[in-house]
Amino acid sequence: MIVPILERPTATPFTKPTATVGAPDRFAARTALVADIAARFADEVDRDARPPREAIAAMKEHGLLAAAVPTELGGEGATLSELSVIATELGRSCAATAMVFAMHQGQVMALWRHGGVSCGVTAMIEAVRAGALVASSTTERGIGGDARRSTCAIEPDAAGRIRLRKDAPVISYATEADAVFVTARRSLDAAASDQRLVICLPSETTLTQTSTWDTLGLRGTCSNGWTLDAETHEDNVLRDDYATISARTILPVSHVLWASVWLGIAADAADRARRAVRKQSRAAVGQTPPGALRLAELLVDLQALADTVRHAAARFDAVADDGAVLESSSYALAANALKIGASERVTDLVTKAMRIVGIAGFAATGPLSVARHLRDAHGAAVMVSNDRLLQNDAGLALMTGAIL
Amino acid sequence: MDQDPTTSATPVALADPTTEQAVRRALADHGRLTVDAMDVASIADLYALGLTSHATVNVMLAVENELDVEFPDSVLNRSTFATVESITAAAELAS
Repeated sequence: MIVPILERPTATPFTKPTATVGAPDRFAARTALVADIAARFADEVDRDARPPREAIAAMKEHGLLAAAVPTELGGEGATLSELSVIATELGRSCAATAMVFAMHQGQVMALWRHGGVSCGVTAMIEAVRAGALVASSTTERGIGGDARRSTCAIEPDAAGRIRLRKDAPVISYATEADAVFVTARRSLDAAASDQRLVICLPSETTLTQTSTWDTLGLRGTCSNGWTLDAETHEDNVLRDDYATISARTILPVSHVLWASVWLGIAADAADRARRAVRKQSRAAVGQTPPGALRLAELLVDLQALADTVRHAAARFDAVADDGAVLESSSYALAANALKIGASERVTDLVTKAMRIVGIAGFAATGPLSVARHLRDAHGAAVMVSNDRLLQNDAGLALMTGAIL
Repeated sequence: MDQDPTTSATPVALADPTTEQAVRRALADHGRLTVDAMDVASIADLYALGLTSHATVNVMLAVENELDVEFPDSVLNRSTFATVESITAAAELAS
């Protein structure tokens, strides 16, 4: 039967709101499925500080962890702009799940952008395409939070075998990962900053827990402390040095995707504020309650954050293959500016949302509570220290200004 | 809150007359239409009859208040408020 298409809007009036305005989003439906699952377990994940296992399984099943694998390697070739939207949507549901997604993408993109063609790297790309989750170990006890220096070193053994041992103050979601990418000095006599990135598979790695992640927020990332002992093969060392990998890929990608997650946290808090104000407005239709003005003000800030984040993602996509631009000091400053700016804004936005909601927002639980949002938001400035980034910036700032 | 306890929880294919009446009352009170909302055709273009995007906010709030429902974000667009029929459909989806 042929159904005439009427001009009446009842047939298909229901389109997706905000955030994904523009081109049809090939990941939207799958992201929504994963976000639903993540939302269902978000409070439990937060309360028990346990990994978001259900959402991780769903990300594997629906190809979100594999989204960025290039098309020439059999993947879907998601751009950073696309990954940014996914990270935000997941962040609206469960910040821990979204952070796992974000941290994973920065690592896996290093594989095809910097890995070379050794069989260890090739096998890892294939595993990622099939859904593998990758964690990372960059920071080290005795070094502080500086990912660009290591004590840990690659020790050669017989027949191309290598060993390394790292005392890591945090490795996020280590127990759930199918591989941990570890920074280490190139050799025993290499300088602290002369680093490589090593693929450590669970079968070749022993993890000994040294501390427990019991934090204010982002509890589900389970960023426990571990001593990592790996015995693997030199084939599992990525081709490029870590300075290049970090500047061209891991730093810009991570900063965009973390900021995308924080945008999601703020957006969900703002949604709750809107629900609260709408409830007040219903009591006296036609009179705008005072909260509506605050809500409008909140949306100004939220839109500015959204525009900043998406623009940074698009800027990376535009220069993704231009090493000279990515390694320039102005680009590094811009990437750090995104991280610092977004992490400061997210706590501010969520705090404002809480005040708009009032008591129901201040409540620890409930449909209008923004308690988890506020606690998670504070992780943004702490988990990678803004002050350390500013210290890095301080040197660069003497050489170059902002990208205008 | 004042829902009839005998009302069936199962979804109905046709527009619930109660819902449509609530929509019409909301339009009459807040729609600022140039015609009587209580007997405007259910598929008439309300924007052509004086409805503004400003007024739709109050129509939405009034419908939500009267039916104790909340329109999901996904239906809050211009076309949803174009006719009595489309607002009624969205309200029933929200309930």
